[in-house]
Amino acid sequence: MQQAFRAFAAPLIFALVVLVSLPAKAVEIQKIQSPGGIKAWLVEEPSIPIVSMNVAWRGGASLDPVDKAGLAYLASSTMDEGSGDYDSKAFQETLSDLAIQLGFDASKDSFSGSLKTLSENTEEAFRLFGLAVTDPRFDNEPVERIRGQIMSSLNRKLSDPGSLAGRAWFELAFGDHPYSLPSEGTLESIAAVTREDLVTFAETRLGKDNMVIGVVGDISATELGPLLDKTFGALPDKAGVSIVPQTVPLQEAAIKIIPQEIPQSVVVFGGQGLKRDDPDYYAAYVLNYILGGGSFQSRLTEEIREKRGLVYSVYTYLYPMKSAGLQMGGFGTSNATVKTALELVETELERIRAEGVTEEELAAAKTYLNGSFPLSLSSNDRIADILVAMQFSNLPAEYLNDRPQLINAVTQEDIKRVAQKLLDPDKLIVVVAGKPENLEASGAGAQKN
Amino acid sequence: MRPLRPLFVFAVLFCAVSIGGPLRASDAEDIPKLFDPKVTTLENGLEVVVLEDHRAPVVTHMVWYRVGAADEQPLKSGIAHFLEHLMFKGTKNLEPGEFSAIVAENGGQENAFTSQDYTAYYQNVSVDKLPLFMEMEADRMNNLVLTDDIVAPELKVVLEERSQRTDNNPAALFGEQFAATQFLAHPYGTPVIGWRHEIENLTTQDALDWYNTYYTPNNAILIVAGDVKAEEVFALAEKYYGPIPARDIPERERVQEPPQLAKRTIEMSDKRVREPSWRQSYLAPSGRSEDQANLRALEVLSQILGGGVTSRIYGNLVVDQKIATNAGAYYNSGSYDNSTFVVYGNPTADHSLADVEAAVQAIIQDVIENGVTEKELNRAKQKLLADAIYARDSIRGAANIFGGALASGETIESIVNWPQHISEVTAEQVQDAAREVFDERQSVVGRLTPEDVKS
Repeated sequence: MQQAFRAFAAPLIFALVVLVSLPAKAVEIQKIQSPGGIKAWLVEEPSIPIVSMNVAWRGGASLDPVDKAGLAYLASSTMDEGSGDYDSKAFQETLSDLAIQLGFDASKDSFSGSLKTLSENTEEAFRLFGLAVTDPRFDNEPVERIRGQIMSSLNRKLSDPGSLAGRAWFELAFGDHPYSLPSEGTLESIAAVTREDLVTFAETRLGKDNMVIGVVGDISATELGPLLDKTFGALPDKAGVSIVPQTVPLQEAAIKIIPQEIPQSVVVFGGQGLKRDDPDYYAAYVLNYILGGGSFQSRLTEEIREKRGLVYSVYTYLYPMKSAGLQMGGFGTSNATVKTALELVETELERIRAEGVTEEELAAAKTYLNGSFPLSLSSNDRIADILVAMQFSNLPAEYLNDRPQLINAVTQEDIKRVAQKLLDPDKLIVVVAGKPENLEASGAGAQKN
Repeated sequence: MRPLRPLFVFAVLFCAVSIGGPLRASDAEDIPKLFDPKVTTLENGLEVVVLEDHRAPVVTHMVWYRVGAADEQPLKSGIAHFLEHLMFKGTKNLEPGEFSAIVAENGGQENAFTSQDYTAYYQNVSVDKLPLFMEMEADRMNNLVLTDDIVAPELKVVLEERSQRTDNNPAALFGEQFAATQFLAHPYGTPVIGWRHEIENLTTQDALDWYNTYYTPNNAILIVAGDVKAEEVFALAEKYYGPIPARDIPERERVQEPPQLAKRTIEMSDKRVREPSWRQSYLAPSGRSEDQANLRALEVLSQILGGGVTSRIYGNLVVDQKIATNAGAYYNSGSYDNSTFVVYGNPTADHSLADVEAAVQAIIQDVIENGVTEKELNRAKQKLLADAIYARDSIRGAANIFGGALASGETIESIVNWPQHISEVTAEQVQDAAREVFDERQSVVGRLTPEDVKS
């Protein structure tokens, strides 16, 4: 097998090598294609004897049938529990004996896998990863064991205020759209998933056509090419994956309260955001940093934490999904001050819509967002994450070079324009888990309680 | 620039690691160095550790103070952590909030954290900014300014932090009660963030007293990790931190535990708890213990018992017997005083906390009587040695390993030789360590249950 394989491995195609210049250093992304036509992005880093691979398949938990929500998540949790000739125990012991780290995860729009190994075990690690994705067993024992763990965790979350608020927010925002459902499913839906569902999932959702791969570490392109074919060659050329319908979050103000006997209310707020391919993405990105994205520097932190001490943490973030875009945020504050803190959030939304941001704020945001970016390229693991995220978002390898200019191009006018689209207090969807004082449920949040 | 005169410089080269199985190195040249710290101590007592990593043009700059919550005086719980917050509130040279603004404007990411044994501040930043950040960190080592109107809102922030981390979460509340039961006298029984009623009464003067007592270069460790050369960092350290005078600091003497002669049991029921859980915690030696081989044996033991899905406890309780949905063990030698060795499990719906306890105890008795197998030993050692190699991917992680260990009283030698010492652990040492640590009389059992479930 080794011999036959070598003969096959010779014509490795290098599509492109992109040099990304960072201060004094370069991250060199090699776009490679295996002899069998499988594409991957590679960053060689021979200084540490480790190889990391991240893989993502388009189409995630949002494609689960409504009555079987959590299917992708259960598959992700059981795909490393036996494959081929290895039962669960044998598979895990083999990983353990070689100290190979291998795991899977499911999010709304993707199913992902990660692999990390000492480079001396690279062949074997890739082989085991390939077995897991192409020939998973889904034996009864591990499936029921893992299902029990997931249900135990789901049960625990029923009294976790952060989880309750988050789930309720998505239900309120997305109604009947699949985005309303949690990726892990519910106690009822996860119980309904059968072994056949898992087998069908593995056969139909993981294809070569919806897969992106990022590899970083002590491995060359010539070594990686043949390994890709061995690992992924048995996957179907085409996965039966579609994209969930485009949608928008609820376009009206709502406050929902989930009563919980806790001293501090957990608040999740948000509304219309934008998707990653929106031309205004960078303006929104900078806007978000100034409003609530920068840890100690944001307007919300200044007003709500620094000046008034109402919260330990208040934050906002962009949540671009494939079929919708969100602008999200949250904080926790004593039950007595929820109303005050929420009003401060709304005041800041109105202010930034009316006045935009100052030249100084914009300049500081740009120097932070560009200056701190190299920090995210400082470990193999982080680079592997970024390689996959870039491909998943259809960004070119040159993005790492172009990013500073894209951010620097954002103007005060851009930010003001985008703020009109995103941060409308009259369309703010708010969920509070706790015992907030003087706050009443309203809008769609009042009806659905 | 003042001439650099390090008192003590050495480069610790990584020693030979010999391990069984697939990781076996054929000869010494194959053995990778783990960390290669360069160390010096300035005349004012500041210890400087440099970890070079030239993969990316970034650097982690950290200052660790050898003082934490366990050094607090009675009635003042939470002051170590509260001061950590207040260190961002301005100096003779910087307005409140200016420190963080400058960090952000220079593309830096920063934070700070407090434990029972240390308080640490860090910035991750592009390497060319290192001198600026050293200047600012040195400034707040010596020039902090606090006023009541700045301190007051921050006290509310800390109380909200306590609500978020602890009071909102029954498992966290139980954790506090558990630690208080574990330690009758030692301050590890008091939570790092402090008891609410004591936090509420902390004052500006308390914070200043704490700062003036403990924040001095001879009580600190500077760690710089990243795309730097040690000699250049030493020179910068001398320039920025060197001029700060040393001050006398109190001896680090804490109330020590009386001998524990009776097993303690603590139970808590709460309607917010939806899944029952059990744990048992045994007093165990800390990183300052003279018997380092025993510490490494305990680490291997915890890996064999509870390290992941192939471990004894998980394999037996979760996979084979279906008694627990999850179960395991952990031991962390990284504390200044007594540590603990913990075993835990959450029963499945068909089983009770008592079933979990009995099954875990049966495994412990088996290890005490029959020891562990060579296969288990080798698998555990390989995992720990691989972790040591994986750790090299994160230069921030490496900085944390050194800072935490040094601030907890461990030595550079014990850190860099850790893989070798792990590789030398024998099955007999593991069994001896188990016999010694698993003394029922020196343990605490905790049961956390929903209100309607009987344990």
